[in-house]
Amino acid sequence: MKQLYFDVAHLLAGGLVLASFVLLYQDRMSGLINVFTVQAILLSFSVGWQAHIQRAPHLYVTAAIALIFKALVIPLSLQNMIERMRIHREIEVVGGIGMTMLLGIALVALSLVVVLPATAAADPLAREDIAFALSVVLLGLLMMVTRRNAVSQVIGFMSLENGLILAATGAKGMPFVVEISVAFSVLIAFIVIGIFLFRIRERFDTVDLQELDRVRGDQR
Amino acid sequence: MTLAHLDLASILLAIPAVMTLVLAVLPGYRLTSQLNVAASGLTFLCAAWLLFQRPPAGRYLFVDDLNIVFVVLSTFIGFTTSAFSASYIGHEIETGKLTSAYVRFYHAIYQALMFAMNLALLASNIGLMWVAVEMATLTTVVMVGIYRTAEALEAAWKYFILGSVGIALALFGTILVYMSAEPVLGQGYDAMVWTSLLQQAARFNPGLLNVAFVFLILGYGTKVGLVPMHAWLPDAHAEGPTPISAVLSGLLLNVALYAVLRFKILLAANTAVISPGPLMVTLGLTSLIFSGFMLYRRDDIKRLFAYSSIEHMGIITFAFGMGGPLANFAGLLHMTMHSLTKSSIFFAVGHIAQAKGTQKIAKISGLTGSHPVIGWGLVAGVMAIAGLPPLGIFMSEFLVVSSTFSRQPLLAIPLVFGLLIAFGALLLRVIEMAFGESTSQADETKASTVPLFAHLSLVLLAGLYLPPHLVAWFQNVARLLG
Repeated sequence: MKQLYFDVAHLLAGGLVLASFVLLYQDRMSGLINVFTVQAILLSFSVGWQAHIQRAPHLYVTAAIALIFKALVIPLSLQNMIERMRIHREIEVVGGIGMTMLLGIALVALSLVVVLPATAAADPLAREDIAFALSVVLLGLLMMVTRRNAVSQVIGFMSLENGLILAATGAKGMPFVVEISVAFSVLIAFIVIGIFLFRIRERFDTVDLQELDRVRGDQR
Repeated sequence: MTLAHLDLASILLAIPAVMTLVLAVLPGYRLTSQLNVAASGLTFLCAAWLLFQRPPAGRYLFVDDLNIVFVVLSTFIGFTTSAFSASYIGHEIETGKLTSAYVRFYHAIYQALMFAMNLALLASNIGLMWVAVEMATLTTVVMVGIYRTAEALEAAWKYFILGSVGIALALFGTILVYMSAEPVLGQGYDAMVWTSLLQQAARFNPGLLNVAFVFLILGYGTKVGLVPMHAWLPDAHAEGPTPISAVLSGLLLNVALYAVLRFKILLAANTAVISPGPLMVTLGLTSLIFSGFMLYRRDDIKRLFAYSSIEHMGIITFAFGMGGPLANFAGLLHMTMHSLTKSSIFFAVGHIAQAKGTQKIAKISGLTGSHPVIGWGLVAGVMAIAGLPPLGIFMSEFLVVSSTFSRQPLLAIPLVFGLLIAFGALLLRVIEMAFGESTSQADETKASTVPLFAHLSLVLLAGLYLPPHLVAWFQNVARLLG
C-alpha cells in the first residue's frame, strides 16, 4: 500500500513537471492555455491524492479550488480574453526552443541537486515532492523570462504557483491558513491582472510588453 | 470574539481594516481625506501605547522588542504621510488629474495598505506574515497604476510581475522552513510560529534551512529593492502618486527588510547552517555601489530619490549583514533616519512637482528663489540624505563605517567609496534644482509643510542628541538581532 501511495504521488508530480516542459515550447496562445489546463487538472489530482494518503480532508478543498478555478474558470476567461484581443497569432520565443528546453533540463537537474541532498533524512515522498515542486517553480520562472507577451507571462506565473501549491501540500500538516490564502491570492492576483490587461488594452493596440518598454524614456 | 478579548495589537489592526470599508463608501474627498488622517493618527496612538502596555502573545499576533520598533516607525510615517496626502490630493482634484471616485478608492486603499503592513509586522507566524506582505504588494500595485497613464501602467505591471515572483519565491522559502521545523515541532500550527521556531531552531534540518534562506532573501529581497532584483522600484516610485512614493520608501521596504531579519535571527540560532551575513553584505554593497552610479544618470526627480532609496536599503542590509551589537545598532538607527528623511524628501518633491508641473530635473531650477519654503526644505532633506553633519544620517552612516573598520577594514573601502559616489550625485542634482534662474512656470501651492519640517527636525534632533531611553531600547534590539 505504501508503495502504491508513493508511486501515484510520484507519477502525478512528475506529470506536473512534464506539463511545465510542454508549456515551454507552445508557440500558440490557445495551445498554451490548453496545456495550462492540463497542468491544473494534474495539480488537483495530485493534491487530492495527498489529501487521501495524509488523511487530511481539508486538502480536498484545495484540490477542488484547483480544479474549478484553475482548470475551468481561468482558462475559459483567458480564452475569451485572447479572442477579444485577437491575439491567436504566434508567440515570439526568445532564444529559440532548443535552447529553452536545454535550460529547462538544467533547471530540473539543479533542483534535484539542491533539494535531494538537503533532505536526505526526510520522508522520501515529501522530499521528491519538493524537488518536483522546485522544478515546476523554476520552469515557470524560465517561461516568464522567455516570453514577451503579457498573457503568456501570466500563464507562466500561474504555472509557477502550481509548483508552490504542490510544495505546500507535500509538506505534511501544513496549516490550512496557508493553502486557502494561496488559492485566494491567486484569485486576487488574477483579478488584478485582468484589470491591468484591459487597461493595457485600452491604451495600446497590443499586449506585447515590448510596446510597454517603448514608453520609458528615463535615461538622459 | 468579545470586546474583552480585544487587545491593543488587534485594535491597532482593526482601525485601518474598518476604515478601509468606511472610506470606500463615503463620498466627498474633503471628508475622506480628513478621516484618513484621523484614522492614521489613531493607529499611531495605538502603536505608541504599545510601548507602555504590551499585550500578551495571542494566537496570530504578537509584540516583541524587534517588531515594536518597526510598528511605531511605520505608523508614525503613515500618519504624517496621510497629512501630506490630504494637501497633495486637494491639488490633484483641482487640476483634474484625479476624479473624486478615484480619490475615494485611493483613501480606502491607503488604509488597506496600512493594515497589510502592520499585519506583516505583528504576525506571530511565518504564514500570516507572508499573506500580509502579499496583500501589501497588491494594494501598492493598484496605487502605482492609479493615474492610468501609459507610464503608470507600465510601472504597475512591472512592479506586479516582479513583486509576485519575489513573493512566490518567499512562499517557497516559507514552506521549506516549515518542512525543516516539522520533524521537530510536529505537524500543524506550532511549526510556523516565530517563538517556537526560535526556541527549537538548533535542531532543524540545516540543509533545508540553507535552501530556504536563499529563497527567502531573494524573495523578500526583491521587495527590499536589493540589486539585482530592484528593477521595479524606480518606476513604481516615479509613476505613482507622491504620497505612495513616500510610503513605499519609508515603510514598505522596511517591512520586507523586517521579514529578512526575522529569518536571519532564525538561522543564527542554528549553528550548522550557512551564515546569512556574507550574503546580506554582498547584496547590500552591490546595491549601494550600483545605485550610487545610477544616481548620475537620472533626469526625473522621483527616480533620483528612488535610486537613493536602493542605496540606503543597501547600506542598512550591509549593516545588518555585518551583525554584532554596534553594526546592528547602526543599521536600526540608519533605517529609522532613512525612513524619516526619505519620506520628508518625497513630501517636498510632491509639492515641487505640483508647483512646477513637471518631474524633469532639467526643467526645475531656481527653487529657492521661486518657492523658498519648499526649496530650502528640499535642500535640507538632500543634505540629510547625503549624510552631512550634524543630521541624523551622518551619525548612523558614521557608525556603520566605524563598526566596519573595526571588524573588516577591507570591506570599509567599497562602503566608503559607494557613499562618496552617491554623495556627489545628490549634491550635483540638488544644486541644479535649487539654485540658478527660475525658468518654468511657478504656481503657488497651498502646501502643508508641517509634515516635511516635522520629519526634518526629528532627523536634526537625532543628529544632535539621542535620548538615552532610545539608545538603550535600540541597543537591546541590536543584541536580539545577534
